[in-house]
Amino acid sequence: MYTKNAAVYVAGVGVVSAIGNNTAACLQSLESGTAGIGPITSLETIHKNVLPVAEVKLTNPELSAATGLPATVSRTALLGMKAAKEAWEDAGLSHLLPLRTGLVSANSVGGMDKTESFFSTFIKNNQGGRLRNVVNHECGAVTELVADGLGIKHFVTTISTACSSSANSIFYGARLIKHNLLDVVVAGGADALTKFTLNGFNTLQILDREFCQPFDENRRGLNLGEGAGYVVLVSETVAQKIRKNLYGRLSGYSNANDAHHQTASSPEGTGSYMAMSAALSLSGLQPKDISYINLHGTGTYNNDISEGTAIRRLFEAPYPKMSSTKSFTGHTLGASGGIEAVFSVLAIKHGFIYPNLRLQTPMQALPFVPETLFQKNMTVNHVLSNSFGFGGNCSSLIFSKL
Amino acid sequence: MTDLKRQIVEQLNLQHVKAEDIGDDQPLFVEGLGLDSIDALELIVLLQQQYNIKLNNAEDGPKVFQTVRTMADYIKSQQS
Amino acid sequence: MTEPLYITASCSIAGNIVAKDNKLLFANKGIAAQPFLVSVYEHFAFNYPRFYKMDNLCKLGWLAAEILLDQSFDKAQYQAGDVGLLVANRSASLDTDIRYFETVKTMASPALFVYTLPNIVLGEICIRHQFKGENDFFIFDNFEAGFMQYYTAHLFATGALQAGICGWLEIMDNRAAACLWLVEKKETPNAILFTEENIHHIYQTTHG
Repeated sequence: MYTKNAAVYVAGVGVVSAIGNNTAACLQSLESGTAGIGPITSLETIHKNVLPVAEVKLTNPELSAATGLPATVSRTALLGMKAAKEAWEDAGLSHLLPLRTGLVSANSVGGMDKTESFFSTFIKNNQGGRLRNVVNHECGAVTELVADGLGIKHFVTTISTACSSSANSIFYGARLIKHNLLDVVVAGGADALTKFTLNGFNTLQILDREFCQPFDENRRGLNLGEGAGYVVLVSETVAQKIRKNLYGRLSGYSNANDAHHQTASSPEGTGSYMAMSAALSLSGLQPKDISYINLHGTGTYNNDISEGTAIRRLFEAPYPKMSSTKSFTGHTLGASGGIEAVFSVLAIKHGFIYPNLRLQTPMQALPFVPETLFQKNMTVNHVLSNSFGFGGNCSSLIFSKL
Repeated sequence: MTDLKRQIVEQLNLQHVKAEDIGDDQPLFVEGLGLDSIDALELIVLLQQQYNIKLNNAEDGPKVFQTVRTMADYIKSQQS
Repeated sequence: MTEPLYITASCSIAGNIVAKDNKLLFANKGIAAQPFLVSVYEHFAFNYPRFYKMDNLCKLGWLAAEILLDQSFDKAQYQAGDVGLLVANRSASLDTDIRYFETVKTMASPALFVYTLPNIVLGEICIRHQFKGENDFFIFDNFEAGFMQYYTAHLFATGALQAGICGWLEIMDNRAAACLWLVEKKETPNAILFTEENIHHIYQTTHG
């Protein structure tokens, strides 16, 4: 039985990114304006001293120790487990079990890091390489590892829609709760840095060789990042039994297709506009009710003008405060929706507005400018979080204060 | 330019186009052959792989890749 | 009481056979997936040069959608934002991932990299038909008729879709398997009810 207006609450959050190994550390970096971008240290690649990236400052053995997964599994799974575990423990549901619990996880590279290291050995000697390392190559296998690690058996699925993947996971999880199929859903995503994506994005010429400057007139491109972000969504029934404070409600969401190009967004921002306006519609809010927009803001010429145009079309002065936290974490691809959802609910909980780092020259075509300073003690009632992926897949989430 | 046309057809997977049917001065992008931004990137790869020429400034792309002739001229200028 | 939904067309491409609404349209056995897909395009004399640049998954999905919708879908009846897609497969974009990764040895191919995400096929179909509604791509071990039916119906029930294409698009190791269903609220003359049993039956008879 589906209840359209059933409330879906965020009871727990977990994140690991280049700016912190857990939620508290990330918040500290956001407050102090410390980005996690720097030279490549973890991959052996020709781009090593050329392309800045945003690496998580934990090795695989360290992630293994923190999560209980073997150090030999894919880094994507390790990162996912780290954040999912933090979110699960944060939600504090153990006294309420058993509950119908699901995991909806997203990633774009799957176990590619393992496949890469296998591949380079394999091409030199096709008897070489440890084949078992590629067993967890597919996206779905990474999800299974995280599910097993958390003991979630009820429902496990993987979504793969590029950079909007984990945002899609979150509202899919909400639908499962509204449908009364599950009581709790751990939803979000993870992605690790790999040569596969580094080379690929480089060949598309959308990487910045300097630290990225989202929404700057002279922006040059994005910096790739890695990490994982999960929220624990719960139903009304479960929410009422939780002893701690909830973070907020997932009050709106939507997905649309830009139908323009495989990798570029339409100049008018059609897909973004549709996703944002439908999310508002579902939440029953007006554009002026939005306190803060966590922009997709990758720093590419194309995304920022497209997203900015869509915002200009949908909102009017006075515009909500907005920023791209990718200026801190880099673009974490399949994890970005999840990581930014966590930042969004934390903004509501703490009354924070995050800055958009390294913004020097506002975009001339837009009548608004992202925030450049961290702000606290603000009234943050409703946050809109955008995640737009290749293939024209545009998603927007709205979180609201209780 | 005949070789270059053949290379273009191969690199860009233009299975429906015969190399000899591409005009020397035919616009490659928008109308003409109707190539797009991803094709432009593949042409950069072609220059690198076939001619060892690195197009350092992607903004030069539209000028260099306007027609087969402009590409051929560019290749000649880089090789001398 | 929710309105019933109907399968107003179905298309499958499997075992080098193309079928629509249970009728065999084309077969070309004994060749690998890639040349087979090109032969399907040429057999139907489609005119979409972009087709040749697509990877195998996109070629498969594009063809299945094109054949599915041809003469079976009146796009003019719907707003762009009301038509969407829900697709699943097992291997994501692994077929292309491997091909792309080969090119990284010498120089990474941008055209191949673009296709190293399974949802690009949704993008290609949307670009072709200008569908702008909700679209999602799931990864499952096997085709799950129950999930496909329930979640598609849910998208209609929430008002996210007024018409949609759902199905399975899988390609790996030169084996292609596609099954798409056109789902609408209206009962056309040859429509059948959009139920788990009906989807399962169509899938089984074409992929069994």
